[in-house]
Amino acid sequence: MAPVATTFFFYFLSALTVLSAVLVITRKNAVHSALALIVSLLGQAALYLMLYAPFVAGVQIILYAGGIMVLFLFVIMLVNIEKSQREDQFNKQWLVGLAAAIALGALFVLVYVKGRALFPDRAIQMPEQSNTQQVAVLLYGNYMFTFEIASLLLLVAIIGAVVMAKKRI
Amino acid sequence: MLDYITSYLNSDTTPGSAGNMFWAFVYIILIFLGLSVAVIAMNWLERKILAHMQVRLGPMRVGPHGLLQPIADALKLLIKEDIMPSQADPLVFWVAPLMVVITSFTVFIVVPFGPTHAVTDMNIGVLFMLGVSSLSVLGVVMAGWASNSHYPLMGALRSSAQMVSYEIAMGLAVVSAVLMTSLNKDGTGTLSMIGIVQAQQSQQVWFIFKFFPLGLIAFFIFAVAMVAETNRAPFDLPEAESELTAGFHTEYSGFRWSLFFLAEYSAMIAVSSIAVTLWLGGWMRPFPNALSGETWDLVFSLVPGLTFLFLAAMTFYSTARMPKHPYFKVQTIGLGGFGAVLALIGVALFVPPVRDRIQDIFWFSAKVALSMYMYIWYRGTFPRYRFDQLMKVGWKVLLPLGIGVLVLTAIAGILF
Amino acid sequence: MSPIGTLHYLVVAAALFILGVIGVLTRRNVVIVLMSIELILNAVNLNLVAFSRIWGLHGQIFAIFVITDAAAEAAVGLGILIAFFRNKETVNIDEVDLMKW
Repeated sequence: MAPVATTFFFYFLSALTVLSAVLVITRKNAVHSALALIVSLLGQAALYLMLYAPFVAGVQIILYAGGIMVLFLFVIMLVNIEKSQREDQFNKQWLVGLAAAIALGALFVLVYVKGRALFPDRAIQMPEQSNTQQVAVLLYGNYMFTFEIASLLLLVAIIGAVVMAKKRI
Repeated sequence: MLDYITSYLNSDTTPGSAGNMFWAFVYIILIFLGLSVAVIAMNWLERKILAHMQVRLGPMRVGPHGLLQPIADALKLLIKEDIMPSQADPLVFWVAPLMVVITSFTVFIVVPFGPTHAVTDMNIGVLFMLGVSSLSVLGVVMAGWASNSHYPLMGALRSSAQMVSYEIAMGLAVVSAVLMTSLNKDGTGTLSMIGIVQAQQSQQVWFIFKFFPLGLIAFFIFAVAMVAETNRAPFDLPEAESELTAGFHTEYSGFRWSLFFLAEYSAMIAVSSIAVTLWLGGWMRPFPNALSGETWDLVFSLVPGLTFLFLAAMTFYSTARMPKHPYFKVQTIGLGGFGAVLALIGVALFVPPVRDRIQDIFWFSAKVALSMYMYIWYRGTFPRYRFDQLMKVGWKVLLPLGIGVLVLTAIAGILF
Repeated sequence: MSPIGTLHYLVVAAALFILGVIGVLTRRNVVIVLMSIELILNAVNLNLVAFSRIWGLHGQIFAIFVITDAAAEAAVGLGILIAFFRNKETVNIDEVDLMKW
């Protein structure tokens, strides 16, 4: 199926994602930041769809927006105290942090301008119909070991989180 | 312009796959209308069926046999005052019902009412539906938090913990059904909803009966998990009145509450559509292989018309039994008119061109309606689960059962 | 406008990365710092998926693993936050200084 209005959707979705990210780091209320992060994650899932990666988009919506953000909202509800909203929001070294981030940005600009030739614009033919099947073949073929290690990592994370967050009786 | 509109009529794909935005809009509006009518009908049906199960009559006053009761309820909710608690966070309070309604309505983009009767046919259809239903948990958490009062907060925490736990069992049941789609000739399965029903068609068996009893157990796991996912009885502790005074939507009133109510019923219809597509054969008529052939096709194609004529006959019977008192004249005429409309629809469904087109939609809707009746039946029959019993069932019973069914389905798929 | 190429997506990912870095370095609230870390991981994912369109599906597999790791790390980080909050009743990251001399 031919893509429709790619330029408009790309600029709209990127503006949505970046603007929500700005809102994440500038809001006083942690719940508003979490809402902005959810919007940013959903915008990014749509960008993955534009890059012909429907399976990664689906995984992003289920895991990130529907799983990790629920976890964040739970914890914010548990630790949200009114005192934290009346304090200063930015810490003492905000100027140095901003300068470091700007230096990083300058580095990115330098890399992208100088190394323009490294990012070719040709797109290989990846039929969207069989994206899930091809991802599955790679995942359970070449990357089987990594898959098992990831499941072990998740087990360790579950045990760690339960041990740290349970009440000491 | 005109042939942009008419060019789609000759193609045999969904409007989304054909890239035709006009017809996609038309389908979306039809789904909106159909869903609104379905939610209104569900409201009336739930009160009447629950009442008859409890040997009483249910609403009988507003309109004949309470048929206008949902409209009266909707009017009441629209004109109620819109209260916001004083310390509540206005932005989050406003966004929460929006989030729940948008996610419950967005899943209907991929629900297949027929081989070409869906808004679009994404090749990650099932993944999309599961993902968007998991976003509704966020709306519940936000609603509980924004109300700034402890009953909604407790209700929201319990409700979202329950929804997240049963999502895992749902996912495992769905995976074992998707695994069965790959057992066809060329060995690749599909996540698209239309593709799953077509796999059932080509393998000539509904997945609920495949590798008996594995399909049945997978359907059972999904049926239990979908009731828990939508916070309905017997898993409705978070919104039970005697426990938590309506849980996370306590502080909502008027139109905002009706949005939550709308979202709950749409979510019920959405997860029932997943169950029907994955296990009960989607839009296919019953017994496509045992009773195949031209005559049986003709017999089954007469069923939609006969159903509506049967409903019209029951309405006329109730009209005849109305009390013969001048106060009831308007109600009797109204009920008779309703019966006449049903009879007209039934007769219209006998016309051959309409019969061919309406077949798939009718069988799909009939199966979803059966699932809705089961929901109401569960509510009238089972006592409520306590919250720790609820979580125990979700994690300690359904999850191991789901993994077991998945492993056994994979083994059976290789052996047979 | 020129047709959307790989560089457009890389610029968006760089912008997200810089915003995440600013969030980590300048905010006081621990939960918002953790959310900025999630922004950084998302920027990396966008980069990977943008490149996978040119050079094959391996980028998407890597992106899936990054999402899995982000989930594990968020869970552990929030567990640490809850354990700390139970002792000190604050979410200000400047007050995590028990080991200072």
